[in-house]
Amino acid sequence: MKKFIKTMLLLAIAAIPLGCANKGEEGMKKKEIAISAAASLTDALTELKNVYEDEHDDVFITLNFGSSRKLATQIEQGATADIFLSASLDDMERLKEQGLINESTIVDFTENSLVLITNNVVQIPVSSYEQLGSAKSDHISMGEPDTVPSGRYAKEVLEHLQLWTPLQDKLVMGSDVRQVLTHVEMGNADYGIVYASDAWSSDKVTVVAVADSSWHSNIIYPGAVVSDSNYPAEAQDFLDLLSGKKGSAVLQKYGFK
Amino acid sequence: MDYSPLMLSLKVAAISTTVVFISGVFFARAFARKQFFGKSVIEAIFILPLVLPPTVVGFALLLLFGKHGWIGKWLLEWFDVQIVFTWLGAVIASIVVSFPLMYQSAAAAFNSMDDRIENAARTLGASEWRVFRTISFPLAWPGLLAGLVLSFARGLGEFGATLMIAGYIPGKTDTIPMSIYFAVESGQMEKAVFWVVIIVALGFSTILWLNWWSRRNMLRYANENRSR
Repeated sequence: MKKFIKTMLLLAIAAIPLGCANKGEEGMKKKEIAISAAASLTDALTELKNVYEDEHDDVFITLNFGSSRKLATQIEQGATADIFLSASLDDMERLKEQGLINESTIVDFTENSLVLITNNVVQIPVSSYEQLGSAKSDHISMGEPDTVPSGRYAKEVLEHLQLWTPLQDKLVMGSDVRQVLTHVEMGNADYGIVYASDAWSSDKVTVVAVADSSWHSNIIYPGAVVSDSNYPAEAQDFLDLLSGKKGSAVLQKYGFK
Repeated sequence: MDYSPLMLSLKVAAISTTVVFISGVFFARAFARKQFFGKSVIEAIFILPLVLPPTVVGFALLLLFGKHGWIGKWLLEWFDVQIVFTWLGAVIASIVVSFPLMYQSAAAAFNSMDDRIENAARTLGASEWRVFRTISFPLAWPGLLAGLVLSFARGLGEFGATLMIAGYIPGKTDTIPMSIYFAVESGQMEKAVFWVVIIVALGFSTILWLNWWSRRNMLRYANENRSR
C-alpha cells in the first residue's frame, strides 16, 4: 500500500510540468494583459475586465490586487505587469522617476472621497465629522496614517477639524482598510473613516457623512502602461476604456467619483 | 524613544504566562494517564491555536470577546469590562496562542514520570494535594519550566491575533511586535531595528538561560544520584 502511494505521488509530481505546459500552449493563442491595481478597485475592475474581454476576443486579463505601495515595489523588482493602477500619486511618481512606466500614458482616471461610516448598532449616530468630538463612543477606527493611504487622508481631515489630538486615545489604527471595515461591521468600533468605494462594498455599514474635499489632499487614482509591457497597444486600449465614459460609469457604480 | 511598548509587552507576557502556567499544569495533571470519552477531542481543541493561522485565532477571539460577542457582551454588561481594543485583549490573544505550548510540555512531563513514586506516597497516606506538591510537581519541573519559557516567549512575540483583537492604539495597545510591523511598513527603519534588537536580545537570553539552567539541573541530579 505504502509503495502504491509513493508511486502515485511520484507520478503526480511528474505530471505537474505536463499540466503547466498544456496551459502555456493554450495561453499562447491569446494575448495576456496583467494589471496590477490598488485593492480598492477590485469590484469595479472585475466588471471592466469582462467588458473588455467581451469586446476583444484575443485578449485575456489577469488582475493582481494589493496596496499601491506593495504593487509598485513588485514592479520595481521586475514583476510582470502591463498596467499599473495606483491609489496614490506618490507611488506612480516613484515608478515614473525610475523610468519603469511609460510617462506619456499616465492618466488620472478617477477620484475617491472619504466617508464617515457607522454600523446599525449605534442608536443615534452622529451626522457629521465635526460631531465626532462630542460623540459618545469608545472607539473610532481608521487606517494607520503612516502605512495606509486612507489613514493619511483621515488624519488630514481630523487635523483640519482639530479633532486629531482630542480623539487620540479613541483611534484604533487598522493595518488596512478591510480591518477598519471589520471593526465597524462587528460593532467593536462605533465609527470608521474609509473611502466611499470601501463603504459601498459592505452592506453592514452606513455612510453618515462625506468629508469636504478641501479638508484633505485630493485622492487621485493615476494609471499608466508599464514600460516593458508586451502588449502596449492593448494595455493603452484598456486604459482608454477605464478613463472613458464606460469606465467612469462603472467606477461611479462602485462609489468612485 | 518611547519605551511604553517594552513595558506593555512585558506586562502582557507576564500575565498571560501566569494564567497559562497555572491552567496548563492543572489540565495536564488532570488528564495525565487518564482515558475518558472525548479526551482526544478536548486535547485537539487545546492544541488547535498552535496550527491555526493567527488571523483565524484573531477572528474567533473577535467573535467571542467583541463588544457584541458571546462572552464580550456579557463581560461588558455585568462587569463593565471591555476586552476588545484594550491591553486585556492582547493578554487574551497571548493566552490562547501560548496555552498549547504549556499544555504540551506539561502533559509530556507528567506522562513520563514514574507513577509508582506517586502511588507509594499515596499508600503512605499523603493527600492528593501533598502528592502533587511534594512529588509530581518537583519531578515534572524541568518540563514545566521549558513550557513556561516557551509560553513567555510566544506571548512576547504574539502579533497577528493581537492586532485584530487589541487593535493598534499608539500608546495604549502597541506591543513590541506591533511597533516593529508599523515601523517597517512606514519605512522607519531605525525604530524597527531598535525594537528588533530588543526582542531578539530578550528571546536569546531567555533560551540561553533555559539551556544553562537545565544543564546545571541535570548535573546536580546526576551528582545527587551518584552520592547515594
